[in-house]
Amino acid sequence: MAMWITRPRNITHHLKTNIGFLEFFKYQRIWLRTSSYSNPLPSNLIAKNYGSTSPPLLRDWASFFTARRYKSENAAKQVVDEEKQALDFLGGSVTFTSDLEFISESPEKKVHCYRVLDDNGYPITSTRLPQVSNEITMKMYRDMVTLQIMDAIFYEAQRQGRICFYATTTGEEAVNIAPAAALTPHDVILPQYREPGVLLWRGFTLQEFANQLFANKEDYGKGRQMHVHYGSNKLNCFTMSAPIATQLPQAVGAAYSLKMEKKDACAVTFCGDGGTSEGDFHAALNFAAVMETPILFICRNNGWAISTPLSEQFRSDGIAVKGQAYGIRSTQVDGNDPLAVYTAVRAAREMAIVEQRPILIEALTYRVGHHSTSDDSTKYRPADEIEFWRNERNPVARFRKWIERNGWWSEKEDSQFRIEVRQQVMQAIQAAERIEKPPLSEMFTDVYDQTPSNLQEQEEMIREAIKRHPKDYPSDLPV
Amino acid sequence: MAVVFQGIGATAALTSATSVDSKKLYILSRRLVSETKSTFMVVRSDGRLNSGSNRRAQKLITNAVATKADSSPATKPGHELLLFEALREGLEEEMERDARVCVMGEDVGHYGGSYKVTKDLANKYGDLRVLDTPIAENSFTGMAIGAAMTGLRPIVEGMNMGFLLLAFNQISNNCGMLHYTSGGQFTIPVVIRGPGGVGRQLGAEHSQRLESYFQSIPGIQMVACSTPYNAKGLMKAAIRSENPVILFEHVLLYNLKERIPDEEYILNLEEAEMVRPGEHITILTYSRMRYHVMQAAKTLVNKGYDPEVIDIRSLKPFDLHTIGNSVKKTHRVLIVEECMRTGGIGASLTAAINEYFHDYLDAPVVCLSSQDVPTPYAGTLEEWTVVQPTQIVTAVEQLCR
Repeated sequence: MAMWITRPRNITHHLKTNIGFLEFFKYQRIWLRTSSYSNPLPSNLIAKNYGSTSPPLLRDWASFFTARRYKSENAAKQVVDEEKQALDFLGGSVTFTSDLEFISESPEKKVHCYRVLDDNGYPITSTRLPQVSNEITMKMYRDMVTLQIMDAIFYEAQRQGRICFYATTTGEEAVNIAPAAALTPHDVILPQYREPGVLLWRGFTLQEFANQLFANKEDYGKGRQMHVHYGSNKLNCFTMSAPIATQLPQAVGAAYSLKMEKKDACAVTFCGDGGTSEGDFHAALNFAAVMETPILFICRNNGWAISTPLSEQFRSDGIAVKGQAYGIRSTQVDGNDPLAVYTAVRAAREMAIVEQRPILIEALTYRVGHHSTSDDSTKYRPADEIEFWRNERNPVARFRKWIERNGWWSEKEDSQFRIEVRQQVMQAIQAAERIEKPPLSEMFTDVYDQTPSNLQEQEEMIREAIKRHPKDYPSDLPV
Repeated sequence: MAVVFQGIGATAALTSATSVDSKKLYILSRRLVSETKSTFMVVRSDGRLNSGSNRRAQKLITNAVATKADSSPATKPGHELLLFEALREGLEEEMERDARVCVMGEDVGHYGGSYKVTKDLANKYGDLRVLDTPIAENSFTGMAIGAAMTGLRPIVEGMNMGFLLLAFNQISNNCGMLHYTSGGQFTIPVVIRGPGGVGRQLGAEHSQRLESYFQSIPGIQMVACSTPYNAKGLMKAAIRSENPVILFEHVLLYNLKERIPDEEYILNLEEAEMVRPGEHITILTYSRMRYHVMQAAKTLVNKGYDPEVIDIRSLKPFDLHTIGNSVKKTHRVLIVEECMRTGGIGASLTAAINEYFHDYLDAPVVCLSSQDVPTPYAGTLEEWTVVQPTQIVTAVEQLCR
């Protein structure tokens, strides 16, 4: 028991010396029954140092006396019996305590982060090395490199004015590729917008990425959704929607659908640290727990939500701790360690499907690039912080050291591969630029399953306008 | 477009895409059948608008359509039920027919729904198909959208339409849009339904008319039911539709009783209903206001007027074909709605009629709507905020001068 409480100089203190014992006991029972104080406690009784040093408890001095002052056995037994009683509450049996306690706002120990390879790609000897096949390991690395190069070139294309928007995943390659590697093609994925890697893993080609960015007629979205918001139903990846966290309750719905059909698959959804502030995040976690749906919530905690750092986003110890508040099993992993992420997602998927429960995985990483091409992050964060994470904590370089040391890859192969990928991306861009844009009719289809009359009319109106004033409309617009 | 399934007699009518100029006179739909030969179809809606705290019993117009009454009720085919039971029947039939149909909402499971629309369904179909959700409208609407994209056909019940304002983000940004932005890859066949409209002293937040806010969202369809017959038909059509449909029910209409056919029937989601054919003036209305209009019609008939009353039913898109034919006949239009004056369904309908049928109008389109105020709680104030039959009679008299 903490002994930092100063000796109270109030009525109870006097009472213990002056009144008879039974009177004192009666007074004790009054204290035990009430759960709230009508007067604020004197500040000398409130612990000033919360945190890891002292136990975060606030004690009332009445119970302090209870533990030490009883001479009568009967009285002591009665108090102990009361403390052992439990309340048969609707949410479950609740044991009483006569020590007023406040759960601390921060845990004594921060949540531990799971990693397998250290910063230089050496396996941490104390951990059991997960068994990942060579094939998957190499595909993971190659896809991470592809993603890295693709990002760089598309970003440059935007800067050259060839596309009007792009958002890179620089620094988060591992958290993009590794979860996809750990899933099966039947698992339904609902990404946020910084996870093109999951599509890449599943087989979305560079040409298909470029088509979406150039919004040409080969784009599966038919040129309607904004850049970087890919979607492919044949790869089981839902089309990304711009508002943050709206995909989280939708993912619960998808998981519910899988649960109803008893499929051996789960729903997987991504969000960022900023997305966890949205109401949808909390409701989705709550729903998933209540409905016992097989779903993985993978949160890419990359430190920044545009210009909002973590300290201004939430005050909890990361995101993994939020899971317990909803009754969800959670873990925290090093998001820049592909093997760790792979292992965690694999295990989580197993639990989610077999036990029909949601799992929350927080992957710690860093957003090296700007939020998007409309952002200059040097305005709100130091450039050397960015460089540190780009170089020292680069997930691709780290993984490369691991595979090269194992003899599965060489520097020569690496540079050769990078040249090839670069060429492919450039070709994809050039081809996508040349492909026609979607025709005007595609503006009016798919609003409903069949185009209704008012939309047909509106299409007629715009066609007439184009015919009458062809110079006012883009000449390369297919009609 | 939805197709009309008629189990009545031998006429099977198919409506094509609504275009103003097609020869619709040849198409027999239910409304015309009911006028010519009413065998078992008694369009009778008893005006018992019961809610728990109803002190003022308003007796509304009963038989508004000119039909030949049958003698003995025992020989009438069909069965009588209340509107909420009709909704339930439609829902149950669809759940029986298609295992992918599921319901989600607050208290829909074992409680049976706040208005008993899902009563006993959880016992029959299980907790998973009739899902009780925590209180987070945006989230269970989002959940329905995700489930729909994965292959289910969910029905979302909002306990009150006003709460669906919390779901606006999911309805607008996702439900209406994802079919389009995904390039047609994902369909979202959800039905979002719930009671709205001004009730009996339920307060401003429980008396919202959400059709005004939702009407702009591209990609969704909106329908409003007003009788047990059209409630069941529209519910079934909405569930079978591939598009997201919002079905607006009215808090005060749940206890309407009517005899509906035993056979299965589905109504067209884009069709309006001819309640009372006439010659002098077209009165367009929907949901509860239909009954106020029919009550006014009784008075008007006594005064020598012949109003044509159309229940527009389809709020998005408007059935401009039926409305157009009526305007071409009568040349005068009165719109009676419960929405607020600004930006309501009546406002959009006025604009549409003026745009398309301006040449056929002999008088400006008049729209009677609620005032632009939050619905007051006090009974008298609440009554004044809703359009009353006397106001309708006055408006008709003025228009027909």
